[in-house]
Amino acid sequence: MDTKVEFPVTDVAKLSVRDLNFYYGAFHALKHINLDIPEKKVTAFIGPSGCGKSTLLRTFNRMFELYPEQRAEGSITIDGENILKSRQDVSLIRAKIGMVFQKPTPFPMSIYDNIAFGVRLFETLPRVEMDERVEWALKKAALWNEVKDKLNQSGSGLSGGQQQRLCIARGIAIKPEVLLLDEPCSALDPISTGKIEELIHELKDDYTVVIVTHNMQQAARCSDYTAYMYLGDLIEFGPTSELFMKPKKKDTEDYITGRFG
Amino acid sequence: MTDKHLSTQFDSELSGISTRVLEMGGLVESQVAQAVYALSHFSGDIASEVLRNEERVNTMEVEIDHDLSTIIARRQPTARDLRLLIAISKTIANLERVGDEAARIARTVQRLINTGVSSRLRLPVNDLAYEAELAIAQLRKALDAFARLDTQKAVEVLKQDDQIDQEFDGLMRKLITYMMEDPRTISSSIDLVFVAKAIERVGDHAKNLAEVIIYIVKGTDVRHNTVAAVESMVK
Repeated sequence: MDTKVEFPVTDVAKLSVRDLNFYYGAFHALKHINLDIPEKKVTAFIGPSGCGKSTLLRTFNRMFELYPEQRAEGSITIDGENILKSRQDVSLIRAKIGMVFQKPTPFPMSIYDNIAFGVRLFETLPRVEMDERVEWALKKAALWNEVKDKLNQSGSGLSGGQQQRLCIARGIAIKPEVLLLDEPCSALDPISTGKIEELIHELKDDYTVVIVTHNMQQAARCSDYTAYMYLGDLIEFGPTSELFMKPKKKDTEDYITGRFG
Repeated sequence: MTDKHLSTQFDSELSGISTRVLEMGGLVESQVAQAVYALSHFSGDIASEVLRNEERVNTMEVEIDHDLSTIIARRQPTARDLRLLIAISKTIANLERVGDEAARIARTVQRLINTGVSSRLRLPVNDLAYEAELAIAQLRKALDAFARLDTQKAVEVLKQDDQIDQEFDGLMRKLITYMMEDPRTISSSIDLVFVAKAIERVGDHAKNLAEVIIYIVKGTDVRHNTVAAVESMVK
């Protein structure tokens, strides 16, 4: 399905997906996806379970390569380079395109080291600069005030919401260009969810954010663009305000109004 | 709404509130008809009844408004559900004002009776009744279009609004002639000018209702457009 969206002139595409097909073994999970992810905007993927939204997200940093039997065809270009064909070290791609998962995944180490760990993989920073980086990332993730006095304590001692913000801090500490969020709030209470959404709003000043969510209201609240997917097809993609007020396709309308199924 | 939500409760809330809107529409339609009947028959009793029923119209508006906020808070509607609820909010405000116009006419009837003006004075009440017939037909058609979410019918309402306006202009000319011919009729003729204006406004409210129906179905705000432009948008 060819879905073209005219972006307002100010929005340039950061990631361009062209004729992307994805297979889990013989199962055709993504079908001819064409999509442009605008730079420094929040793009949300919505759709029922199994529609391919998480799969699509995982192709953006080749996360699927961790599993055999999974393959992607087509192209995903970032800054002119096809991620899928790139000979670049995959960890460098993931440094550029960071990811935060559904369940908070703090490393079993101190809060400080949770952040510093990733940075050390790519940069050798003097102690003072590393301290600054950790503080910067934690502040950016709106967690600094809650943890500044216990940076040496274990990250797993934090609440679920704090852990998730720690993971986001870890993700942005290596200064990626794109941040992928795979249902970042599904395990969180409404207050923590609110904080993460506020954070997402601030992050888009510096990053291109792509979020997969089951929660349509969340997509409506915090994204600039929304893509609705169903059974591996991209059904509709457009500005969030239009998609939720006046979707172009009846399928989209049925889904967002709860007439689906 | 033909197809159903996953939540049957939500379905019944939406159809329930739409039914209440139509009920309110039926009530204000009969209020206008009664008020005009009171005028053409100089019936103080019927005028009083209209004024008593005005209370019911107001209560219905408040109740539907309350239900609206509850549905929005609990269901967080989107797309055409959201458009329907926004449209209902505007519709009931319009219907309430139709009710106000009916009450205005009823009060004028009471005043005409109290000041001793009777059918002896030759006043063009039949012309007013005709203007009212047109306005009531417009209102009924708009409510019908709302019940069926019929945009074609809504466009017809927009097209026919001109007729009422022309009728209103004709009445003005006629009333001015009366006043010039017989200055004793000035005071009551001015009352009738206001009645004619009230009826003309009923037509305007029917028009607003029709515009809102197009918004529900098409998602396009067609206000402040020519009828020809709206027609092409609806196609």
